[in-house]
Amino acid sequence: MSQQASFWNNLDQVFVLLQHRIAGYFPVWLQPVVETILAVVGIVAAFPGIFALTTVLERKGLGRMQNRLGPNRVGPLGILQPVADGIKSLTKEDIVPLSADAAVHFLAPVVLVIAVFMGFAVLPIGRNMVLANLDAGLLFFFAIGASTELSIFMAGWSSRNKYSLLGAMRAVAQMISYEVPLLLSSVVAVMITGSLSTVKIVEAQSGFTGIFPHWYVFTPWGFAGFVLFVIAALAETNRSPFDLPEGESELVAGYFTEYSGFKFALFFLGEYLGMFSIAGFAITLFLGGWGAPLSVLEFVPSWAWFFLKLLAAIAFFIWLRGTLPRLRQDQLMNFAWKFMLPMTLLNLVVAGAWRFLGDGWPRWVICSVVLLAAYVLLGRVLMRNQNLGARSYRYAD
Amino acid sequence: MSATAFKSYRPPVIEPSEEGDELLEVAMGPHHPSTHGVFRMDVALDGERVVKLKPVFGYLHRNHEKIAETASYLAAMPYTDRLDYFCSLTNNWAYALAVEKLAGLEVPERAQYIRVITAELTRIQNHASAIGFLLQEMGASGTPLMYAFREREKILDLFEELTGSRMMCNYMRFGGCRVELPKGWLEKVKTVVDGLPQFIDETEALLTGNEILMARSQGVGVLKPDLAVNAGITGPMLRAAGVNYDIRKVDHYGIYDRFKFRVPLGDHGDIYDRYMIRVLEARESVEILKQALKDVPAGPIMDPKSKIRGFRPKVGEAYGRIEAPKGELGFYLISDGTGNPYRYRVRPPSLINLTVLEDMCLGQNVADVVLIFGSVDIVLGEVDR
Amino acid sequence: MLGEGMLKGLAETAKNFAGSFVSKERMTTVQYPEERIAPIENTRDFPFLVYDGSDAMAGLRCVACQICEKECPPKCIYIVKSTDKKPDFVGKMQIYPTRFDIDISVCMSCQICVEVCPFEAIKMDTEFELSTTDRFGGLLYDREQLSKSNEHYHKIHPTEAAEVDARLAEEKAKAEAKAKAAAEAAAAKAAAAAAAALPKEAPAKEPGA
Repeated sequence: MSQQASFWNNLDQVFVLLQHRIAGYFPVWLQPVVETILAVVGIVAAFPGIFALTTVLERKGLGRMQNRLGPNRVGPLGILQPVADGIKSLTKEDIVPLSADAAVHFLAPVVLVIAVFMGFAVLPIGRNMVLANLDAGLLFFFAIGASTELSIFMAGWSSRNKYSLLGAMRAVAQMISYEVPLLLSSVVAVMITGSLSTVKIVEAQSGFTGIFPHWYVFTPWGFAGFVLFVIAALAETNRSPFDLPEGESELVAGYFTEYSGFKFALFFLGEYLGMFSIAGFAITLFLGGWGAPLSVLEFVPSWAWFFLKLLAAIAFFIWLRGTLPRLRQDQLMNFAWKFMLPMTLLNLVVAGAWRFLGDGWPRWVICSVVLLAAYVLLGRVLMRNQNLGARSYRYAD
Repeated sequence: MSATAFKSYRPPVIEPSEEGDELLEVAMGPHHPSTHGVFRMDVALDGERVVKLKPVFGYLHRNHEKIAETASYLAAMPYTDRLDYFCSLTNNWAYALAVEKLAGLEVPERAQYIRVITAELTRIQNHASAIGFLLQEMGASGTPLMYAFREREKILDLFEELTGSRMMCNYMRFGGCRVELPKGWLEKVKTVVDGLPQFIDETEALLTGNEILMARSQGVGVLKPDLAVNAGITGPMLRAAGVNYDIRKVDHYGIYDRFKFRVPLGDHGDIYDRYMIRVLEARESVEILKQALKDVPAGPIMDPKSKIRGFRPKVGEAYGRIEAPKGELGFYLISDGTGNPYRYRVRPPSLINLTVLEDMCLGQNVADVVLIFGSVDIVLGEVDR
Repeated sequence: MLGEGMLKGLAETAKNFAGSFVSKERMTTVQYPEERIAPIENTRDFPFLVYDGSDAMAGLRCVACQICEKECPPKCIYIVKSTDKKPDFVGKMQIYPTRFDIDISVCMSCQICVEVCPFEAIKMDTEFELSTTDRFGGLLYDREQLSKSNEHYHKIHPTEAAEVDARLAEEKAKAEAKAKAAAEAAAAKAAAAAAAALPKEAPAKEPGA
């Protein structure tokens, strides 16, 4: 029995044990550096690998939703498609416009990728598996996330192209206006946990009542916060239905018009990695991080749970992309300021009320009812202001 | 609509917002991200709003009318397939109708039923594809388009069995249809038609209540009914603007009088209305098909008076028009007694519906221009001939 | 409620996603060229000339009447008549085409040549994988390339070929019946003429008893 338990325990901590084993070969004063480097290597190996898998899964998933197969010629079931795509993007000619600001043009994708990788530093991928256990991990994550917007502006600016600049400014405006609901919806988790550290937030969700976990998403304010966070995350990473800046039928062709070959691939990589890191953050804040969904399943390694949840989040993003048309820029902004912001502020109040109402069923009922009523009311007001709504049609007699 | 209303109409002029603000002039096309063919729009923008729009077409001009005037009447029939290449059977019917009026031919009952069945199948697949293309432009990554094409494949297989070709059918002849129905074709049509209401329901479930679709399309690209009538707009665009004019009910051509179907009308004339009118018309077409399939009579499929070779109608002129899926498709023929027409003119609904593109797009956001263009539902083969 | 339409749409897409693994209706891809859909019988692609028997040039049904050349809308057929006559499959002397070229890069598969041919000589094939790298003569088919046997016609369009054979057999039977009737009439006439001529000669020939 305990041998079995220790096997599962070892599996859970296998990466940590490996890290310590390798660091053991080095002198003591060098060990922290080696451990950090190994963790970095692990992240740089794992997440681009997931990126490669996601590109194939996205195309195959979209295909299946549209009653067709996705790519299936390169490798079994098309798994090696990213290899083909990578070779293609590496061998393409790298065209830099003559009037472009060469240094900024080169640095923009680099800044994006570096900033996005740094965001992974505070994600707890498993038990004891966080690269940098900062006390202000959340703050660090959002600060780094904001600097990705810098790289988009660099891209648009350096191209010296009126249309690219316009596209970049619109993308940056979109991202900045969705930072506010993103942050506000994550503040509720911080309020209830009482700490900005991502590790503590995950540990606060790791208890169980019976077999059900204490994830924040299973509370009214947590569910609202999760939904709002996901919507804001979609807008932050320019995913459908908020992907007008990079839409194909868009006149202003977007901030990365002037990029080709490997630099374009880097932008693509940066965008997807940003999607993973924000999805990972949503999992950390609301879905219990590396915790198991049922207490009987706790033997499965914690990092496995994290990656499974990440895959589920990615699948959900792909599902949204395949179904929804995209919003226009001004409608996007309207939605951010007139719907998301009031809802997140109300969510803060509700979370506070939750804390002070004490245990028992009244707080469940009150919080749920308040949130639901606000959502329905606000939705109706928003639609009616723009005269939107279902219509009935008459027939000629 | 009175003549004075026409004279007093002036398109709205939208002034640039600030003094000395120069307009951004952009050419959208002919390489289009959207899928309607080679077509260019010269747009002048003030910030995000459209101030002027000039459509430029002619990239697909193939001399159809001149070819038809030098070739015989029969030889022009396969060329009419290629006008609105999505709906070849309705093109054939319009031409055959014009020639039958010219030469005084009568179409037997069975051929009339076959014509109605094929025309309504064409209408359904055209409306489904039009909706699919509209949503593709809205960025729904082609999902409704793929569903529409899945159903369209079934209908095209039916056409291939009947006429030999999926799209370029060349099936109608002057005085009837070219060839008898193959064995078991009517049962296959019935199977496909039985599956169509479910497909339309699924499309509506995916799209009609979608708030993003509503936000993108309601109130956008409004076409007022008096402008529509004055400009000669026909088809779903006209009915979405609220004008009750369906040539199947007005002209009583074919045997449409025998079937009970309704004509849906919209109230606002925006993109959402045009989308919904197409969905409702597809449902009405399914109703017509169900009624038509019940009693297809036996009998001949060609008028015994008609000739295939050496067809020389008497001197005269005729205009034959039908309610094609895109609008009123008409053929004007002048015959001088020889084997080829003296004058052959096509009234292309797509071209005439495009004349109001500027009026619909003025003052709108540039991101909506592509949507408005998509909601007109044109085919460049018909615009340019 | 805001979002209800979107949730219904998501349900619809999920149904299609799940269905694509289990039902053929929701996964309609046919992976060409490894898999192919069974060809529909009535399909038409490009014309070919039918010959009866085993020798293509001897059994060619075409008699170079040039009707198809005149009626073809894009004028892709080019025929040169022969100056002599040769016997066709049933033995009758007919002129034949020394050249019969169809440019299939011009042909638009409209099937009017088949409709107007009075001799059931030209029919539509179902072959469409005809691309070639020779851009000058590769798509210009001459008489030998266009001739295919009646068995081939039966294989690709069985119903149509059966009808055509029945019609041709009927015509042949009618022609033979007419020929037999004409021969009988001629024989009767000849016999009547011989009988009329005979009595005049007989008394002159008869020797005495």
